[in-house]
Amino acid sequence: MGKVQRYFNKTEDISPSSKTSPSKDTIIYNIKPKLKPWGRRQSDKVINKKKKVVKLPNPNPKFKGKVPIPKKRLKKYARGEGINKTGIKTKIHQKKFEKKEKVIKFAAQQAARAEVLLIEEEGFLEADAGETTTQFTQKQIRENVDITAASKCFDLRLEDFGPYRMKYTRNGRHLLLGGKRGHVAAFDWVTKKLHCEINVMESVHDVCWLHLETMFAAAQKEWVYMYDNQGIELHCIKKVYRVTRMEFLPYHFLLAACSDMGYLSWLDISIGQMVSQFNSRLGRLTMLTQNPWNAVLCVGHVKGVVSMWSPNSKDPLAKMLCHKAPLTALHVDPRGQYLATAASNRELKIWDVRKLEGPVQEYKLITAANNLNFSQKNMLALGMGNVVEVYRDCCTTATKRPYLRHRFTTSIGNLNFCPYEDVLGVATAKSVTSLLVPGSGEPNFDALEANPFQTKSQRKEAEVKSLLEKIQPELITLEPNVIAEVDIPTLKDKIDAKQKLLHVKPPKINYTPRNKAKGKGGSAKIAKNKKIVQEQAKKEFVKSTKDFIPKLNIQKEQQKESGVLDRFLPKKRKT
Amino acid sequence: MKVKVISRNPDDYLRETKHDIHKVPRNYDPGLHPFEAAREYTRALNAVKLEKVFAKPFVGNLDGHRDGVSCISNHPKRLSVLISGAYDGEVRVWDLPQKLCLRSFVAHEGVVRGVIYNPAGNHFLTLGDDKTIKTWKTAAPQFGEEEEPVNTVISKTVLTGISHHVKDPVFATCGEICQVWEETRNEPVRTFEWGVDSLHDIAFNPVEPNLLASCASDRSIILYDTRDSGPLRKVVLKLRTNKICWNPMEAFIFTAANEDYNLYTFDTRNLKKPANVHMDHIGAVTYVDYAPTGREFVSGSYDKTIRIFETSKGHSREVYHTKRMQRITCVQWSLDNKYILNGSDEMNIRIWKARASEKLGPLKPREKAALNYSEALKEKYAAHPKIRRIARHRHVPKHVYNAQKELRTIRDKGKRKDANRRAHSKPGEVPHQPEREKHVLKEDQ
Repeated sequence: MGKVQRYFNKTEDISPSSKTSPSKDTIIYNIKPKLKPWGRRQSDKVINKKKKVVKLPNPNPKFKGKVPIPKKRLKKYARGEGINKTGIKTKIHQKKFEKKEKVIKFAAQQAARAEVLLIEEEGFLEADAGETTTQFTQKQIRENVDITAASKCFDLRLEDFGPYRMKYTRNGRHLLLGGKRGHVAAFDWVTKKLHCEINVMESVHDVCWLHLETMFAAAQKEWVYMYDNQGIELHCIKKVYRVTRMEFLPYHFLLAACSDMGYLSWLDISIGQMVSQFNSRLGRLTMLTQNPWNAVLCVGHVKGVVSMWSPNSKDPLAKMLCHKAPLTALHVDPRGQYLATAASNRELKIWDVRKLEGPVQEYKLITAANNLNFSQKNMLALGMGNVVEVYRDCCTTATKRPYLRHRFTTSIGNLNFCPYEDVLGVATAKSVTSLLVPGSGEPNFDALEANPFQTKSQRKEAEVKSLLEKIQPELITLEPNVIAEVDIPTLKDKIDAKQKLLHVKPPKINYTPRNKAKGKGGSAKIAKNKKIVQEQAKKEFVKSTKDFIPKLNIQKEQQKESGVLDRFLPKKRKT
Repeated sequence: MKVKVISRNPDDYLRETKHDIHKVPRNYDPGLHPFEAAREYTRALNAVKLEKVFAKPFVGNLDGHRDGVSCISNHPKRLSVLISGAYDGEVRVWDLPQKLCLRSFVAHEGVVRGVIYNPAGNHFLTLGDDKTIKTWKTAAPQFGEEEEPVNTVISKTVLTGISHHVKDPVFATCGEICQVWEETRNEPVRTFEWGVDSLHDIAFNPVEPNLLASCASDRSIILYDTRDSGPLRKVVLKLRTNKICWNPMEAFIFTAANEDYNLYTFDTRNLKKPANVHMDHIGAVTYVDYAPTGREFVSGSYDKTIRIFETSKGHSREVYHTKRMQRITCVQWSLDNKYILNGSDEMNIRIWKARASEKLGPLKPREKAALNYSEALKEKYAAHPKIRRIARHRHVPKHVYNAQKELRTIRDKGKRKDANRRAHSKPGEVPHQPEREKHVLKEDQ
């Protein structure tokens, strides 16, 4: 049965052009009633629109399913292999873990696929045939690059106030410089807006940004002073004396400092407590760097040894003999994989710092390198006297030629790559310069970690969130993810503990008995009670170790058969 | 030469107007996010601590009864209505959101033993010590009218408990014997008898509506079938059971609240041993009720505390207590899975949250996401000692704390004695007896 034609659906007939002869009095209304919801109930108000599932035609019918993810990219996002399923005893638990593993795998795949959404691309500098990248000067690079990038290359001539040291904030937006004669300035180097410029009237040995661009610390002649970004002095920390170098551990909110007297100190700036302070017994400490992957401090020594320190132990966590000559500089790359060390005998060695193993690469330089810095894309910048050389891929392959070179008029004080930008900041004796190094910075930042375009409200929120996530200093170890693993004491430790049982004697309890009331006590009773308590302790000890000792396979000395010629046998000495 | 330097267009990274949300570009490269495990652990620690900060389970109390509350019942279709009966025969109908009493009248002479709604929700039945079952209308009487029961049935035996069928107009009562009634008749349709002992409580199975369970004073639990067979099986425990509740999601599971401070979850297919023993109370357990999801249940006991258990676990996940709350007579889990109501000896009905740190009211999507994340973190790091210690910590009244210590030493002593016996006798003489097998004495057909 076909649909009944309703009078309101027949629109063609009502149109005035098709009508034969409308009389003057008739008024023609063209009504197109809409499909309105009716009724008073919630279900009546919804118009039932059947969802049409539209299947897009497969553009490549040869390739079915989703786009395959390249293995290298998936490996970057994978978090290691899963657990060994043979160790799980019951089937229910096996199934539970299988489900979890599926979810983790899916998360890794989705993260790998999300790389498509990254908008920026790495920088590069390609030489034409017959040219090398080393020959290009900063001027040439500046001329060939767009205007915003060219404005990132600048030079500040500061001649009066001594050799400078400089640092960038974590998001690479603000620059802090400190001159030996007391000049301290903080500014936004992208917009060239000055935050503050002061002279502290004392010698400044090092400067360091704290967690945000609103606070910084300056290691002055005797103590460490903390300033607001307006130059107002906030704190004078007298607990640290004659500091030579400072490092800020951002996720733990710790300001680490090494001093002239050999002291290492960690100050928690969120609660204002000194977490740990002790003498490293290495003498004067002048080379300090942090390993960003596990927040361990690496200190370079005149003996050619690099030692790694954490606030939890008074002894170094690890010591590596790197060079036969005194160390001049060291730095760890941002991913915590490589440690670059330079010595006064013109050597440069790259070490694998996760395995603490032998030099991955060794180089011989023209002069000793006084400054080292790794960029986010693993480019290494060397400061040798007046000259800065940038090497690319020096960790995995043996490079022969530097990537870029620049010469200054005075000696270099400090080098820092700017995070998330293709810029190398150099502080010399008479200037602070910003050099363009294409391809050194990470192009895509994660706004929840570090955001160069952070507004004031975002900064406030980020500060609170990062304070809530502050990691306790007890978790600083060589392995940062050990907190997520099951605490299984090693088999060797177990065997050692059991072996010790053989030699452990039952505890002897000696105590002075309490004074009892008149009538109770008396020396005989006291002595008897004491003996009872001691016997009980002994019994308990014997009971608890009774099970373990026979399992340790003590071979009993076998009775030798006595013979006549026994006197000629070598005597067994009693151990 | 070809050269490119990173230069970002600020328009891509900054919001256009102050009414927009901030732009947050993400990069999930693990190298940019160090200390994953430690930061997540810190967040889990914060989540567990905040759960304790926000754990305020007491919502309110309904004041008005002039004698202890003996029974309460939820309306099957309306979340805001509650009915309660007291020891002096008074029945009150409450409006929960406003915490007001809508109706109150004296229903019986003597204690009101049971109050229950019919499945449609338009009538409710009350059971009294004066051997009567009265049916009343849910709709309040008009102005000028008096409270009158629609129907009154006088039974020949003393009645102590009532339970209604899930759909049909059939209900069962227990007292000296188990009787099945129909709403329109004044005489019981069927009578079941097994042994000569009196029954305390009766419950219809909500999923398999022909099954009935009741607990008798000879320390047994009896299962009946309302079709022709009648009494099916009997399980005898060591001490008397006070209340039985069926799991609303699983047809064959029920939980019995026992006098020996434990609750036993039985599977009707295997009554030889309980499927689970729930130990945590330090006084006789007087009442038990399941959550509508069937995964948790709440129990009230003589030791003035309410405990919430999960059906699969042997220990409680939550304990509620107040200085003013005395012996608990009845507990109910509200049908929207959010609240727990309990009536106690001291004339008050209290309303608690089922999840103590839950935020009531509508949640914004970001709030919901953040709370879900916290829950996932708590679950992931549940085994870590610091986090487990905080999650497990509950303040408990002194008498409960001391009684728990005492019970623990008693149980340890039993275990130690067993271990010594086993250590000093021939291997195999003293076998390990699992906890679940220790409590059932025998099973009868």
